[in-house]
Amino acid sequence: MKLTVDQDVCCGAGQCVLLAPEVFDQREQDGIVVLLDENPAGALHDVVREAGAVCPAGAISVEEDR
Amino acid sequence: MTIAQETLPAYPMRKAPGCPFDPPPELGELQRQGPIAKVRLWDGSTPWLVTGFAEQRTLLRDARLSSDVTRPGFPTIVPVLPTAAGQGLSFIRMDDPDHARLRRMVTADFAIKRIEAMRPAVQRIVDELIDGLLAGPRPVDLVEAFALPVPSRVICDLLGVPYADHGFFQDNSKILIRRSVTPEERAAARERLLDYLDGLIGEKAKRPAGDLLSELATRITAGELTRAEAAQMGVLMLVAGHETTANMIALGTFALLEHPEELDRLRGDGTDPDLVASAVNELLRYLTITHTGRVRLVLEDIEIAGEVLRAGDGVILANDIGNRDPAAFPDPDRLDLGREARHHVAFGFGVHQCLGQPLARLELQVVYGTLYRRIPDLRLAVDPADVPLKHDGFVYGVYELPVTW
Repeated sequence: MKLTVDQDVCCGAGQCVLLAPEVFDQREQDGIVVLLDENPAGALHDVVREAGAVCPAGAISVEEDR
Repeated sequence: MTIAQETLPAYPMRKAPGCPFDPPPELGELQRQGPIAKVRLWDGSTPWLVTGFAEQRTLLRDARLSSDVTRPGFPTIVPVLPTAAGQGLSFIRMDDPDHARLRRMVTADFAIKRIEAMRPAVQRIVDELIDGLLAGPRPVDLVEAFALPVPSRVICDLLGVPYADHGFFQDNSKILIRRSVTPEERAAARERLLDYLDGLIGEKAKRPAGDLLSELATRITAGELTRAEAAQMGVLMLVAGHETTANMIALGTFALLEHPEELDRLRGDGTDPDLVASAVNELLRYLTITHTGRVRLVLEDIEIAGEVLRAGDGVILANDIGNRDPAAFPDPDRLDLGREARHHVAFGFGVHQCLGQPLARLELQVVYGTLYRRIPDLRLAVDPADVPLKHDGFVYGVYELPVTW
């Protein structure tokens, strides 16, 4: 799994940090998403997919392994 | 006006008697017929009404829908003064880039970790107020004695608003979020709150106090923000920061008292943070107090669910019925505190999704996790049918909740 985030569209709602604090954080100055791990371990895949689904701005892209 | 327009259902609709926690039955009927329909507003305009959960999420993420109420043809749920359209309104009524520029100035203050650090302070406020309840007279109105003071004290601390002024800002907030007041009354209440916040921010510029209004004052000095924009943001955070959460506390308590088996789960497992967190999401979903929908204007044609929403059309996304869509929530009319409900749209969806949601969640977790354990025999002091309901609010809730124990 490969993750990317779009800091330009992020609205800082924090849903991703709530779900997967190992993978996502928020910038100190403006609360915008920071990606901590672009290749999260398999145990985190479900929760990361959910983070992508509940992100209100659609700022998280999840590319699945083929 | 054509006959077809006259026969369209009037929106907003009213909840059925005896069903204080359910969306109006007509909304469920529309949803069963399809995810999108046309409705008629007070002024005869006929916007789209989106009732399907998936369609609501798709549209709320779509930048071709505008939140800018100053655009011609923007639908309004109630009459507004033509001269007042858009005046004194904050970034929730703007589109990007203005919306993002302003929202990002305060997003860090509501970041998950920053808010989580407030948990001990919120717990202390909740415990003090419960101490006061237990030492005070019975029966008591839970709204005045607990549901309003909890979020009012928390948002006052965060913003740097003196809690001693709560009578003033609570009274004006109530006017602002009531549908049945005149447009003149609503505009006057907004003006009083804007003047009040402007005065406070002016004081903070002279004597910074390490709170959110002081941050805004610093940005004004730095030329990043106008005084008017700062006062608008202050009013938004103060009003949204206490009214919505207060309604979730009081209406949530009413709902739990009417669902004693669910209340027992919280009493028994109120110390289990996972159950409390899911209970908060489920009550947000089930009650969806933002019950007059999210309102938008179409900027470019959008095809969805076999319909074409044309540029210039109004759209109302009825998130209360969206949160009861069986395609998204099995057995949606059942309150089930253990349900996985975090994808609900009670906070809206898209870039305008509630900025204060981490704070609202924290306050509700502390309240639901504490109140019913500390007062285990809490009960209504009146017949449930006599609890006065905010049918006429932009935000739903109860005007009073007389309780005893």
